[in-house]
Formats: sequence, C-alpha cells, structure tokens
Amino acid sequence: MKFSGIQKIWSEWEKEIPDDHWFYVRSCIRQNFFPASERRYLDIVRGNLGRDIFEHPEHTTCGGIAYHNECIPQLTQMTIVGRQFSIMTESGYSNYVCSCVTSFGLYCEALNTWKEHPEIEAMVREKLWESCHREFEIPKSLVHASDLIYHLRHEIGAKAVHKLTNANTGEPLRVVDHVGCHYAKMFPTKGVGGAEYPHVLSGMVEAWGGESIDYPERRHCCGYGFRQYHIKENRGYCVSNTHKKLESMEPYHPDFIITNCPGCAYFLDRWQYVIAHQTRHTYGGPGQGIPVLTFEEAAGLVLGYDPWDLGLQMHQVAVEPLLDKMGVPYDPAKKYLGTNGKAIPRPELPSIIRCC
Amino acid sequence: MGVLVDTLKADIRIEEGLKACINCGSCVATCPAAEFYSYSPKNIVNLVSSWDEDTIKELLCSETIWYCGECMSCMTRCPRGNAPGMVIMALRSLSIKEGYFLKSERGRQQLRLQRALCGNILNYGYCVYPRTYHYEEHPESGSIGKWVNENADEVFGRVGANLDGSGTGVLRKISDKALAELKSIFDATGATEQMERVEQLCRENGIE
Repeated sequence: MKFSGIQKIWSEWEKEIPDDHWFYVRSCIRQNFFPASERRYLDIVRGNLGRDIFEHPEHTTCGGIAYHNECIPQLTQMTIVGRQFSIMTESGYSNYVCSCVTSFGLYCEALNTWKEHPEIEAMVREKLWESCHREFEIPKSLVHASDLIYHLRHEIGAKAVHKLTNANTGEPLRVVDHVGCHYAKMFPTKGVGGAEYPHVLSGMVEAWGGESIDYPERRHCCGYGFRQYHIKENRGYCVSNTHKKLESMEPYHPDFIITNCPGCAYFLDRWQYVIAHQTRHTYGGPGQGIPVLTFEEAAGLVLGYDPWDLGLQMHQVAVEPLLDKMGVPYDPAKKYLGTNGKAIPRPELPSIIRCC
Repeated sequence: MGVLVDTLKADIRIEEGLKACINCGSCVATCPAAEFYSYSPKNIVNLVSSWDEDTIKELLCSETIWYCGECMSCMTRCPRGNAPGMVIMALRSLSIKEGYFLKSERGRQQLRLQRALCGNILNYGYCVYPRTYHYEEHPESGSIGKWVNENADEVFGRVGANLDGSGTGVLRKISDKALAELKSIFDATGATEQMERVEQLCRENGIE
C-alpha cells in the first residue's frame, strides 16, 4: 500500500505483528504486583480472541532486573535469554511474546548485539551448550505483550461490553498513557510508533472509545531506576520522578492512567499513596487518586470481566469512581475476599486517599 | 593506555554507547537522575572520553556512577547515537570487577542487591518473589501491599495465580531442573564468580 503525508510517516513506525501462534514468557514484576493481569492476558488472547498462545512451565526470569542492578554480567543475562529461546524452539514456536518491558528491551538488545557481533552470539551458544546442553533458534518475531493487544484492539473493541466512555453522558473517558522506558527508548523501531510518539497504548484507548490525552511529561520515566528502588534509602529518586509525572498530568483531569510496563503501573499507583501522606495532596480531587490500569485490566473491563477477577482490589488507589463512570457492575462486599469467596482480614483503609 | 582503559574499551556497551559526544547536553535535559541528583551524564561521557587511567579510576570509586536509573532516555535523545546509560553500565561492571565499588556508599549497596536479587533467581527462578518481598522493607506498597503480604496465598489464589504450584501459571514453582540450569549458567558465564568476589571483598572490609 502506498501512503503519503502523515500516513507515510506513520507507516514507517508501524510494526509487523503476526496474528497467531505465540510463545509466551511471563514478567517477574507483573506476576508479583499484577498477578491477575498475567492470568487474564492469556484468558483474553485465548478465550476471547481465539488465538494460540503457549506457556511452557520451564521458562524462568530473564534475569533482567539483576542485570540492570549490575548483579549479573551481560553474558549471563544473554545466556538466560538463549535458554528462553531454546524452550521456545523445542516447543515448536517462532513468535515470541514477553510481558515485561525490561525483558523486551533486553531481548531487543540481545538480538541487535548478536546481529552486529556474531562472535557474541557464538559465545552465548557455546555457554548455553556448556551449561545446559541446549540450542536455540532466533525468534522470527519478537513483540511485547502490549503489541499483541494493540494488534487485536479492534477485535476487542468489537466485543466490547463496556466502552471507555462515561455511561451517563456518552462522553469518551480522558486517558493519559505511560509507556515503559525500555519498550522503545533503546530501540525505537521495535515499538509501535517509536519512542517519541508511541501509539501502542493510545491506539487501544481510541479503539475502545476513550480519548487519549497528551501531557508534557508523557515520556518521562516513572522513576523505577532499578537500584534506585531496590535499596530503600534510594527511593527518593523514584517518588520524585513519579511526582513530576503526576504534577504534569493533573491539570488535564484524566479519568485514569494506562500503562504497558509492570513496574510503572505499580509505582504510579503506590507513590500516589506516599505523596498523599507526604503532602496531603491527591491528584484525582479531594481524597481521590487517579486510578492506574494495566492494559490487560483496561481490556478486561472493556470485555466485561469482573473487576475483582481482574485484581483491581490489589490497587492502592480506588478504582470504583472509574467503574461507576464506565457503568461496570461490581459488588463492594466481594472486593477483599480470599480464594473461593473465603472471608479474610480486610486491609486498612486510609482516609487521606481512598482505596475503595 | 592502562588496564582500566583497555578493559573498558573491550566492553561492547562502550562500543555501542560511546561514539562522538558533541556536548549538546540533550542527555542531561532528559535524564531523571540529573533532575534530582548532582549528576550529569554528559560529564560522565566527557570524563570517559579522556581515556585517562587516573580519571577513570576516580570515576569507578565515585558515588556518581551509581546515580543513573538506566531508563535509557539519554539513548533516545542523543543526536549522535550515544548511550550514556550504557557507558554507566560498563563503568559499574568494571567498578565491581576491580573492587572499587567499596569506595562509595552507593557502590557498597551492591552486596544487598546481589543477595536479594540473585538469591531470588537461584532459589525461586524469579528476580522478585512474593515471599521475599516484605512490607517492612516496602512501606510504600501501602495498606494494600501490607494486606497482600499478610494474606498472600488467599489474595494470589483469588486472582487466579498458581503461587508455588506445579505446572504453568502465575508464580508457579520453578522446577528443580530449571533452577539447576540457571545455576549452571551462572557458573559458566561469570555470575557466580562475580557474586563470590563481591561477598569476599565485602567480608574483608567488614561490610555485611
């Protein structure tokens, strides 16, 4: 197809995303902080959209967080990547999808490095054979989990039970996005829309009836910073950077924040709690934060999943105002139940920023 | 040239991340660390570009190299294709290898990071794992984080996770075979050696 003008420029930043048959690897951070997103991602891709996406029990961490904390050498991290590819190969797949943005950046880095320096790929293959007697093929396609949902966004939109609109007025919800840094900042051509104008999340928002709202610090890091977070006394860096983002988006009165990075979603949620205690300021009005959704949670709400099946009870900032706007039904009495409806102790409910 | 310069130049991340800096300061303007710390990725690149052994040694002993958050925003914005964040990664690796990380407060944090993250990988197969992520160390996780921590099996079970279970699924138990393979990779690729060296140097210098 021939494009011209803006369409031509945009077409250069589109990404080829195969339609089916995926090998899936999980994210350490997302499994810890948003376990339901990890679970429902496969439910959505398989159950709602009828695609083949395979998970193998032998895959592990990619080691990315340890690598970015300088705890393991680059060769170690790349060899773990080789092991993951080996499991993909033995499973008969060649389309690789990972749910972690840090991992995605590292997979891109490994493939790019191996292309430019075949001797490093040879070294990784040698070390993998020496340590695990494994071999691997390079994936034909490498995408982040959000790329796949972006690719399937119109199918999700066509099955929508709830749109990203105000159920009372029909107006689109105002949505700000935060794309994880390692999604495209290192390898802009590997992300939908590149690093400066990523479309991966705004494309979903628009396909599901919402309005994507720009804000000045849209590209600023959430402030995770690896060792800046994993060491308690360094976390001033983290909250300062999230504070900068929240201050920047507040004047645009967003209905919610959508993210594609496991850590970012967590930090944008939790630092609102900390900032409320530090300053008594909340960003969604008096006593109210801005809800933060992973893209799976947003997709799940659109498709009519129960909010508590989506794990929204694991958020610190209350999601109920957003659910009310969208007209999503929920049972408040079931929010903090355990497995199979078991009654368990309820969390403390802070008065300074609502969490339900 | 000297040992430090030669080792640094042999790091692929220097080749990829350090080309010809024109001192425009774009990296500083976009850097989250530069905004909240006394830190300049441009200065780091200038100092490394001197290829002076003493200057690089001073950097390896400094607090400065530990301030970067490795978000790689600098890599996107540099008009000359440099990546100061990758230069930092190479400097940190060399600082650990040569034991200079002991000279800075931020560098000495390496022992805690290594024990936590490598411990999780080798024992559980995850970088982060719920049963070692304690609320007391993470009060920012809020009242919900505390609730999740205290009711982990019930909360993870409610949302469909498979915490420590067999087969596939969220937070499944990683098999002994997979853990053994990770350990073999650590042994074959230098991670075990690095961990033992950090432990030994910290022990010798009274750091726990």
